[in-house]
Amino acid sequence: MDEGATATAAQDEPPLLDVRDLHVEFRTRDGVARAVNGVSYAVRPRQTLAVLGESGSGKSVTAQAVMGILDSPPGFVTRGEILFRGEDLLTMGAEERRRVRGARMAMIFQDALSALNPVLTVGEQLGEMFRVHRGMSRKDARARAVELMDRVRIPAARDRVGQYPHQFSGGMRQRVMIAMALALEPELIIADEPTTALDVTVQAQVMELLAELQREYGMGLILITHDLGVVADVADHIAVMYAGRIVETAPVHEIYKRPAHPYTKGLLESIPRLDQKGRELYAIKGLPPNLLNIPTGCAFHPRCPLARDVCATDEPELYRISARRGSACHFWRECLGEHQR
Amino acid sequence: MGRYVIRRLLQMIPVFAGTTVLIFVMVYALGDPVQARCGDRACDPATAAQIRHDLYLDHPLWQQYLRYMGQIFRGDFGVAWNGRPVTELLASALPVTLRLTVLAILFEIVIGITLGVLTGLRRGRPADTATLLGTLLVISVPTFVTGYVLQYLLGVKWNLIAPSVSSEARFDELIVPALVLALTSLAYVTRLSRTSVVENIRADYVRTAVAKGLPRRRVITRHLLRNSLIPVVTFIGTDIGALMGGAIVTERIFNIHGVGYQLYQGILRLDSATVVGFVTILVIVFLLANLLVDLLYAVLDPRIRYA
Repeated sequence: MDEGATATAAQDEPPLLDVRDLHVEFRTRDGVARAVNGVSYAVRPRQTLAVLGESGSGKSVTAQAVMGILDSPPGFVTRGEILFRGEDLLTMGAEERRRVRGARMAMIFQDALSALNPVLTVGEQLGEMFRVHRGMSRKDARARAVELMDRVRIPAARDRVGQYPHQFSGGMRQRVMIAMALALEPELIIADEPTTALDVTVQAQVMELLAELQREYGMGLILITHDLGVVADVADHIAVMYAGRIVETAPVHEIYKRPAHPYTKGLLESIPRLDQKGRELYAIKGLPPNLLNIPTGCAFHPRCPLARDVCATDEPELYRISARRGSACHFWRECLGEHQR
Repeated sequence: MGRYVIRRLLQMIPVFAGTTVLIFVMVYALGDPVQARCGDRACDPATAAQIRHDLYLDHPLWQQYLRYMGQIFRGDFGVAWNGRPVTELLASALPVTLRLTVLAILFEIVIGITLGVLTGLRRGRPADTATLLGTLLVISVPTFVTGYVLQYLLGVKWNLIAPSVSSEARFDELIVPALVLALTSLAYVTRLSRTSVVENIRADYVRTAVAKGLPRRRVITRHLLRNSLIPVVTFIGTDIGALMGGAIVTERIFNIHGVGYQLYQGILRLDSATVVGFVTILVIVFLLANLLVDLLYAVLDPRIRYA
């Protein structure tokens, strides 16, 4: 498999981004919400890491901390390191950090309509990248903006460069977003639910475009999503998050075949499948945890079908299952075995 | 855009007719202008009849109205109680009030927006709380109180300004009166800009701008303010008309011979020609200011396009 081959090749390279034991909390009036509790992950050049989880799992907050766009206050990084090509972003000065943003790592947001400035033309917003980071003239920046729009296959780019975001369709707007992230050919792109706001047919097109551009530019990609369907085709590696923690991490094909955490298993079983038409869809029972008051022990234990006494008291570490796999479940062996039956 | 402007101008006709009719009726209801001219004594019946005939007052109200409208469009606003043509009064009063209004608007823009944006960016800090309280205070105290207090303190007690404005009404004399006139609106502009900045600072597109690695200054001026100030600009636009009307109180306090002063005199003397003439001009100013605001809105916010 082609993707598998590139992933292994990338495996030997030093990581592009190495997040280590990251803790983020939000200090609110109601108390401290511990949104990220010791997340570690790595992305290598040309690799795609999918970060999976439901809302409130901390997947977006982790990304915001990496980008340095956390709303602070109330959000604070309290512990950990974010190494980007070996340099810790968290100890960098504000100005130095700003120069990294947009130029060396860029972000694609979920809803392009609200993420693009409504009163500036698409050309202005794209051109701004070149004007600010590269000091280009207005005219040159505009020419580059048109080029970029061609790149992401927006038809009639020359005519549309002067239009405003609301004059574009949802899919085209997301292409503009992608073009903006791509502008300065960054080493890393973080895509935060890039296709969630789009029609299903357009979703596939945008994902395809993103994957293609990634291959072309050789960037590392972090794909944040709650949609398992999106992940399967494009990701090399998956990190599943729950209550601000990584509960399972594995190469993509392995996780689909044999999940090693009951939460991942629940997610996989709740995907609608054609061969189970007519049957009631599986749903993980209970509600996502309240981040102000995360359950003791394993945060998933109140919802877990495998839970035993130990789960409520002892917090599972991320057990190493194989060289590239980990599961934060005391009973991962059981989970793997049970699924095989 | 052109068609929109034409349509809006046409829409002004019924509004203009409606407001002038109302004013006409209200002035008529005020009392007998002929009696007002004779003062406390009873009028000589023959003279009264003569005046009535000269002023067209012996005709039904609707005929008077139509005749008046006809005159206005020929540039004739009638004659005031003191024998001067109303147009002459307008010519002397309008520039004064215009100067006052322009100064007031400048205060609103410079002080109001600056305060609003600065506090909006520092939400929850002491400066923000202090400004919020201050504006609340300003909004609660009526103009005539702040006017008289400032006049007394600055003009009489500390002798920093002349308590009354000369008939030339130079810009420097108008600074304090303009501040008094602007004060309430200024407080609203401050609050509006603050709220707008606070709302927009958490907006997704601001986060995008930060994620693009833009310097903070550029994020604020080009992305945040451009969006936040749209409602503020609209408010200030509509305020032009309100300020000119609101000048009545301020002009009276500082003895400024502007539109408000003339209007006040006109009302006191039941001088229908002056009152109707001046109010008509104010109505036109108001309508044009509103049109201007709507057009400005479309310029500022590309999502709004008038067909």
